[in-house]
Formats: sequence, structure tokens, C-alpha cells
Amino acid sequence: MKVDIKSENGMAIAALRGEIDHHSAKSAREQLDSFIINMQPDVLSLDMSGITFMDSSGIGLIMGRHKLMRECGGRLEVRGPQESIRRVLRLAGIERIVRII
Amino acid sequence: MEILNEIRFSMPSLSANESAARAAVSAFIVQADPTVEELSDIRTAVSEAVTNAIVHGYRGTSGRIDLVLRLLPDREIYIRVRDGGCGIADVKKAMEPLFTTAPEEERSGLGFSVMESFMDRLSVRSRLGQGTTVTMRKKLAAHGS
Ligand SMILES: Nc1ncnc2c1ncn2[C@@H]1O[C@H](COP(=O)(O)OP(=O)(O)O)[C@@H](O)[C@H]1O
Ligand SMILES: [Mg+2]
Repeated sequence: MKVDIKSENGMAIAALRGEIDHHSAKSAREQLDSFIINMQPDVLSLDMSGITFMDSSGIGLIMGRHKLMRECGGRLEVRGPQESIRRVLRLAGIERIVRII
Repeated sequence: MEILNEIRFSMPSLSANESAARAAVSAFIVQADPTVEELSDIRTAVSEAVTNAIVHGYRGTSGRIDLVLRLLPDREIYIRVRDGGCGIADVKKAMEPLFTTAPEEERSGLGFSVMESFMDRLSVRSRLGQGTTVTMRKKLAAHGS
């Protein structure tokens, strides 16, 4: 999975591309967390439109960043997941916790 | 069980093999011409079972994971994932949604829920100290329906 983060005026967008599983989640988590801790954005938007596969490891990745953003006084949102990924998000009830656009 | 086709393979419990296992499943299943949704459901379920073998079964150690993929009559896909790892003390409890023994690693406890909801049948057999076998089946929709 590739992570590409752009940020402007406290609003950050992290474009994720590829497949999210337990193996790939590790380095994405490290990249996202160091960005959050160093830059303290108000909003971090995970652009998931480039994600072609996600299993429940992706739920852990999203929930973990949601918690860290909250601790830093900000908010996480998820953008553009394709239908197969929405099914996993729905099963986990993520849409009740994190805004999905 | 009448078996129309079968492949078996064995891999070490390296996390890089989570995607390798999915690729093998895709390659095997195309012959049954699944829908995009069916393929994605099966790939996700296999990814969960293989990840569990790596993350939980062989926690702190390593070992082999055996994968069996079968095409059965009436467009039914059969998948078996077996590890020789630590086993599960209480399978019923392990299968409850949100139950996880590794919350600090951002495991969500939803692996078995995903397998259950994305496949038609799920069976888990496990013995402490001996390993775990997960068997799943899914019938693909009839052609032209
Ligand atoms: N192959 C396995 N070997 C040993 N324990 C397992 C295995 N698969 C699952 N488990 C146990 O069942 C629990 C629930 O699994 P799962 O629903 O996939 O959630 P998660 O992987 O997020 O913890 C795991 O936390 C673990 O304790
Ligand atoms: Mg799991």
C-alpha cells in the first residue's frame, strides 16, 4: 500500500493506494501516525478511492487513526471507498463512528 | 465429497504470504467465473483466516500454513486453511464479534465475523498446542441468473 499525504491550513488528505491487510497496514500506520503527531492537523481525510482490497486489518487501521486524531484534538474522515470495502466498513459499524463520504 | 478440481499449497507463516494466498485464490476461482462481489468476498475471508494463522496461531514462532482450494459440484467453492500453531482455548468465544486477544496490535476482533458473513458456511476446529483448521464454503450464483 502507498500513502501520499498532502496538507494545507490544517486540512490533510492521505491518499491510500493498493491493498490493506495486516502486512501492509504496519508501514501505513507508522507513516500516518508520524504525520499526525508532527503536524497535528484539524482534519485528516483518508482517501480510500485507490484501495482495491481491505480485510478487517483495515478496520484496526482506521479506528487507531480515529483515536489518535481525537487525542490530538482533530477529526478523521474516510473518503471514496469502493463497494467491496464499504461492505467491510459496514460490517464493522464504522460509519457510526467515522464520517464516510 | 465430489471434487471437480483441487489445488493445495503450503507456505511459511510470513505476513507477505497474506497477499500471496489471495492471489492464489483468485487464480483458482476464475475458472468458476465468479462475480466481482463473490471474488472479493472469498478473497477477504481467506485473507482473514491466513492472517489469523500468522498473527495468532504462530504468535512468537513460525510454521507452515496449508491451504486447500476445491471446486465442488453446483459451483460451490471449498477452502481449508490449517495451521499447526498454538490452537484456540475457546472457539465459541473466539468467534464472538469484537473478541480479540491482541487489541494492542489494532486487531479488531472481526476476522471470524467477516468469514461468517462473506461465506455461506464456516467451521473452526482447534486443539490447544496442536493447531487450528478453518473450513469455509460458498456457493456461487448460478450462471445467467
Ligand atoms: N489460527 C488461530 N490460532 C490461534 N488463535 C486464533 C486463530 N484464529 C483466531 N484465533 C483467536 O481468535 C480471536 C478472534 O479472531 P478474529 O475474529 O480474527 O479477530 P482478530 O484477529 O482481530 O483478533 C483472536 O484474537 C485469537 O485469539
Ligand atoms: Mg483475525
